[in-house]
Amino acid sequence: MANIQASAPMTEAPGRERLLALPRMLWRDKFAFASAVVLLVVLLCAIFGPALLGDVASSQNLRGRNSPPFDLARGWLYVLGGDSLGRPMLARVIVAARNTMMVAAGAVASALLVGTALGLIAGYRGKNTSQVIMRLGDVIMSFPSLLIAVVVLYILGSSVANMILVLAITRVPIYMRTTRAEVMEIRERMFVQAAIAMGASPGRVILRHILPVVAPTLITIATLDFAFVMLAESALSFLGIGIQPPEITWGLMVSQGRPYLTSAWWLAFWPGLAIILTTLSLNLLSNWMRIAFDPAQRWRLEARSSGNG
Amino acid sequence: MADYLLSVRNLSVRFHTARGAVDAVRSVSWHVDRGETLAILGESGSGKSVSASAIMNLLDIPPAEIVSGEILFGGQDLLKLSREERRRINGKRIAMIFQDPLGHLNPVYPVGWQIAEIMTAHGSKPEDARRRCLELLTRVGIPDVDNALRKYPHQFSGGQRQRLMIAMALALKPDLLIADEPTTALDVTIQAEVLSLLRELQAETGMGLVLITHDLGVVADIADRVVVMNHGEIVEEGSPRDIYHNPKHAYTKKLIAAAPGKGEIPAGEPEADVLLDVRSLSKGYGDFTALKEASFTLRRGQTIAIVGESGSGKSTLARSILRLEPADSGEARWKGRDLLKMPPRELLAARRQMHMIFQDPTQSLNPRMSVYQIISEGWDIHGLMPDRAARRDRVTELLVQVGLSPEHALRYPHQFSGGQRQRIAIARALALEPELIICDEAVSALDVSIQAQVITLLGRLREELGISFLFIAHDLGVVRDFADTVIVMKAGEIVEQGPTLQIFDEPRHPYTQRLLAAALDPDPDVQEGRRQAAATPS
Repeated sequence: MANIQASAPMTEAPGRERLLALPRMLWRDKFAFASAVVLLVVLLCAIFGPALLGDVASSQNLRGRNSPPFDLARGWLYVLGGDSLGRPMLARVIVAARNTMMVAAGAVASALLVGTALGLIAGYRGKNTSQVIMRLGDVIMSFPSLLIAVVVLYILGSSVANMILVLAITRVPIYMRTTRAEVMEIRERMFVQAAIAMGASPGRVILRHILPVVAPTLITIATLDFAFVMLAESALSFLGIGIQPPEITWGLMVSQGRPYLTSAWWLAFWPGLAIILTTLSLNLLSNWMRIAFDPAQRWRLEARSSGNG
Repeated sequence: MADYLLSVRNLSVRFHTARGAVDAVRSVSWHVDRGETLAILGESGSGKSVSASAIMNLLDIPPAEIVSGEILFGGQDLLKLSREERRRINGKRIAMIFQDPLGHLNPVYPVGWQIAEIMTAHGSKPEDARRRCLELLTRVGIPDVDNALRKYPHQFSGGQRQRLMIAMALALKPDLLIADEPTTALDVTIQAEVLSLLRELQAETGMGLVLITHDLGVVADIADRVVVMNHGEIVEEGSPRDIYHNPKHAYTKKLIAAAPGKGEIPAGEPEADVLLDVRSLSKGYGDFTALKEASFTLRRGQTIAIVGESGSGKSTLARSILRLEPADSGEARWKGRDLLKMPPRELLAARRQMHMIFQDPTQSLNPRMSVYQIISEGWDIHGLMPDRAARRDRVTELLVQVGLSPEHALRYPHQFSGGQRQRIAIARALALEPELIICDEAVSALDVSIQAQVITLLGRLREELGISFLFIAHDLGVVRDFADTVIVMKAGEIVEQGPTLQIFDEPRHPYTQRLLAAALDPDPDVQEGRRQAAATPS
């Protein structure tokens, strides 16, 4: 009936073919491709930025205080303007990428990992295990997350690692609850039952059959969470218990630029734009991933190629 | 010619999909008269429901487009009327009932309210509507009418819900009733009741009835005239008797040949060693007893059919044997060892020797795994066939064995039709070379002709490989051709078991007799004889 897709000869190694197919599918979705480029740039900035521009970003130049953007008189580094101490905005945005990415990616990744693992166990195992894990999640959720952060950071001292820890703890319950709910539904599905009847071990059932179905939902949540974590980090920094100057993050830059919004809008605008672009790109890319990794949807990305020739 | 109650002329409907235009029906013409029952017979995808949807204005346009044709009802072309005018006809003069009554009743309103709503929406007073409601529910045979009006849809059984739908459809005394697979989701005994209710109501009101179905038995039971559809076209038209005895078109011939329950009944298998011995297996959910003291013995090479209506515990029995659900008491000995108390390692070995094929292949195949991965998963689980080349050869071999082609291995389940998916599931079951295959309604979700193909395939595998089958079904016809022994279950209990021939020729238990009497025969003459026999008080 609907098997229109060209059949590949069976002798071809499926793994290698898929590796080649992915970039092709990425190129087909222009938005996703642009997002991937943006994220790559952000990643490169985070890796090489501090080494290349670290000194420039922290050297003050009082004559260039709040110098307006798009003015090349002071050199290309001032193309995005200068901040309240005359430091070039461009260099600062690039350098801040590292701390921001480390905190946001670290917190989201560890929350995703821990939350998913606990959720899978809670959803698949019996009632008692599930109860213990879920009540633990409730305890975390019933605490205002900012309060936990203040207490923990006050005791442990503020550092990037501690920021990641605190932010991850407060986000874990979200992944845990979503995963558990989905697992409870999926494990009743026929193909899971079929695998169990064949003798598959719980580990196999969870990793091969349940996780791939839950993953798209979790990745979508994670990308949305990315923006939230960046802003939460800036709030903590604003309170003086997060990243401390002269270290910089985008969130911190936004909050430092806020008093100058009426006189020098670019202080808060450029780091804000960086946050928006990054999260938007992540969102678009996760959307693409959801389609690309679903065999039933994949033709949407493949069909266009044959259509355009 | 113009005096038909409803006539559809040269109707063509096209669907615009992402993969180009599909002609759902091509130049279809049929008509129905007052007091007449027209059956539209066809398999899934034949376009049998499309013309009914066009009549009721239920087609979603844009994706669908009515390319040509007219639908004349009382001299008016429905397709030329305004939305407002059609709404006045729909529900009031033409009513429709559907396959899945639960999906078409609103779960948050009591049924009395929902039936009354139809009447008030078309301008009745609330008191009148309520009185008519009571009348209708009494007529369609709902017990305890006064309380029933206040109940919600989920509190009724499947058969009662279909009666409610019929009551709703009849609320405004329509001239024409369109029934789209009205009994497909129901058990045989309930199906017979609903069909006879429809027949009586038609005789009382003189309405026209259009019945859309895939089931030859339903056609034989109720239709005055039948239209056979295939791939969007009408291939044959005539009285059920003519169609059944002298089918002219090749497709009709194929359809009739595929109808189950006409082949020779297999003779009982000679004594072989016992493979599975189930002794007083019981299982309850809270207060509800799903399975009560079930016992039977399966010998090597034997096929046992477990027959029962929904809720009879037949699936619970299979699931308990496979330990997908823990049983409460009893034992199931697999080659002498109790499956229910086996340690995990031994259970793993036992699970290699028995396999299950599920009812709905759409759900029993992981949508994210390719056919190759699905078939070879069993080897991964049991650590067999480490050599990749050997695996590929074996997958190819299995695909050919179940009637698919080798290049299907790299595709994904959604790219196949229902029958092909069930073949994949069978290939997966065969991969581990099992000694027992448990089929849980393995062919119920398939079209008749596909059903026949799958049964033939299973029969061939049984001969070639000597596999034993535990075949769970609600359809007696299928069982008759395929099984050596039949077990009849009701409300969690085995009420009768014996060789197939004996069960069909001399059923002892009253329930078995009722089940056999309620089954519809595709031959209109046989079916009429049965109907008369049932009508005379026994």
